[in-house]
Amino acid sequence: MGQIRLDSVSKSFGDVEVIRPLDLEISDGEFVVFVGPSGCGKSTLLRLIAGLEDVTSGRIEIDGADATAVPPAKRRLAMVFQSYALYPHMSVRKNIAFPLRMAGLSKDEQMEKVEAAARVLNLTEYLDRRPRQLSGGQRQRVAIGRAIVRDPTAFLFDEPLSNLDAALRVNMRLEISELHQSLATTMVYVTHDQVEAMTMAEKIVVLQEGVIEQVGSPMELYGAPRNRFVAGFIGSPTMNFVNGAEAARHGAHSIGIRPEHLTISTTEGAWQGTVGVAEHLGSDTFLYVHLADGQRTLTVRAGGEYGASHGDTVYLTPDPAKIHRFDAAGLRLE
Amino acid sequence: MARNVTPARKATTTAVAWIVGLAIFFPILWTILTSFKTEAEAIASPPSFILFDWTLENFAIVQERSDYFRHFLNSVIISLGSTVLGLIIAIPAAWSMAFVPTKRTKHVLMWMLSTKMLPPVGVLVPIYLIFRDAGLLDTQAGLVIVLTLINLPIIVWMLYTYFREIPVDILEAARMDGATLRSEIIHVLMPMAVPGIASTLLLNIILAWNEAFWTLNLTAAKAAPLTAFIAAYSSPEGLFYAKLSAASTLAIAPILIMGWFSQRQLVRGLTFGAVK
Repeated sequence: MGQIRLDSVSKSFGDVEVIRPLDLEISDGEFVVFVGPSGCGKSTLLRLIAGLEDVTSGRIEIDGADATAVPPAKRRLAMVFQSYALYPHMSVRKNIAFPLRMAGLSKDEQMEKVEAAARVLNLTEYLDRRPRQLSGGQRQRVAIGRAIVRDPTAFLFDEPLSNLDAALRVNMRLEISELHQSLATTMVYVTHDQVEAMTMAEKIVVLQEGVIEQVGSPMELYGAPRNRFVAGFIGSPTMNFVNGAEAARHGAHSIGIRPEHLTISTTEGAWQGTVGVAEHLGSDTFLYVHLADGQRTLTVRAGGEYGASHGDTVYLTPDPAKIHRFDAAGLRLE
Repeated sequence: MARNVTPARKATTTAVAWIVGLAIFFPILWTILTSFKTEAEAIASPPSFILFDWTLENFAIVQERSDYFRHFLNSVIISLGSTVLGLIIAIPAAWSMAFVPTKRTKHVLMWMLSTKMLPPVGVLVPIYLIFRDAGLLDTQAGLVIVLTLINLPIIVWMLYTYFREIPVDILEAARMDGATLRSEIIHVLMPMAVPGIASTLLLNIILAWNEAFWTLNLTAAKAAPLTAFIAAYSSPEGLFYAKLSAASTLAIAPILIMGWFSQRQLVRGLTFGAVK
């Protein structure tokens, strides 16, 4: 079991309210990602669940039992930190065995579980090394090993991949996703990277300034963002927003069109513009088009073979079915 | 940018360093040399530096007259006892100040340090009376207590500086791994802070070993450490320089040897935070 329920949970540091009272349900076995810009309170929320911070008000339930005042050691949660937080004075073996030692398991049981975890994470040959003798990716695997040996109710990940280089990050992302498939344990994952959120999550919680902006599956958030903030935060490159007369024509204060929902033509279309920058990624080409009114720049996703360059005149047409409409307060209009 | 160090400049710096070092070490060297002289040679003018009749008789007289080993044992018990007791109190104190700071933590630290600015003689009478009434005068336990209290601010400060360098994530990881506060301190914090704890321990042993005000004022015969042993040769006996030097040499020898072997650790400890 690994069900977590937050009930009107809030957190203040002094006079600053970093988490405003919020409710959240995380089901057993779910992979939930907290995402948002820096300072949005996502890490604080995770630390509240972990018990590393005390809630200012509200209630946290883990598996139906009130855990609000339970110390972190007793919550049966495992956490992987951004800095890995390995014990530098212990070998990899002792690092992974530490939670088992704290739980009072016998030496034999400890070693058995450590070996098993090391096999899963390809760490067997590094068991006798110290953390400083490992690469970033290996260190992160040790941190994950330390989390999985104790068979926790849920895993908490606090931006675990931010210290890794891009290629390794993609690999580790897959490894964590596969681990989730095989363990089927609840995972709560914090990141500021919406690509990580989209690719890994079953459920995404978008936070801004201590408030949950939207909770939903990646495709729900992508397809029907509840407000302009979520619309702009989810999706890469970010959504184009158009205000004024063009938006009014659609009965909205502003409209949003994703770069992939604009068709590009050199002969005709709704909006005329000139190409500012063309980014060729191979699989895709992203064009930054300055519209003829001189005020707006729209991002367009074209095919990888699309051969536009700086200064070319192009015409853009939004897919009418994919236009997102927002009112003056930034809320979605259906 | 690396500074350009010419050989001449390096030689000058080395020479200056040696001169300063020797100037600081000279009184100790002179004491040691004098301890091997006869009383007549000790006061001879001009004094002889090396070419005198080397003798061990001062040491024999000193040991015979005032039992060096008893004082030595008292010094060991008092300095080790106060250091260990100080660490037992200071480790949790420094932990809480480094990892669970409040708005007033800095004030508490400053206040603790300010107690070191108080002239000890100002509280001599009250402490003497308390010790008398508690039956702690001239006891090892009494001196352990008073030296623990005297040096506690420095121990807490040093440990606090060290602990602050330890990433809090690692302690939180231990907490998540099911460690109690005690296990967190014993299995994670202390092993990581070993260099810091070791230099704090060494420095505190030296401070306690050399402490003379309280050890002289609160002891008579039974608990008197080596500081009292030296003092016994300074005034009432008249000018017996050679014997005084022999007593001093015997008193400083253990700490000098310990300091010599642990100088790396000590230097690292004392410059910690300044150079990192």
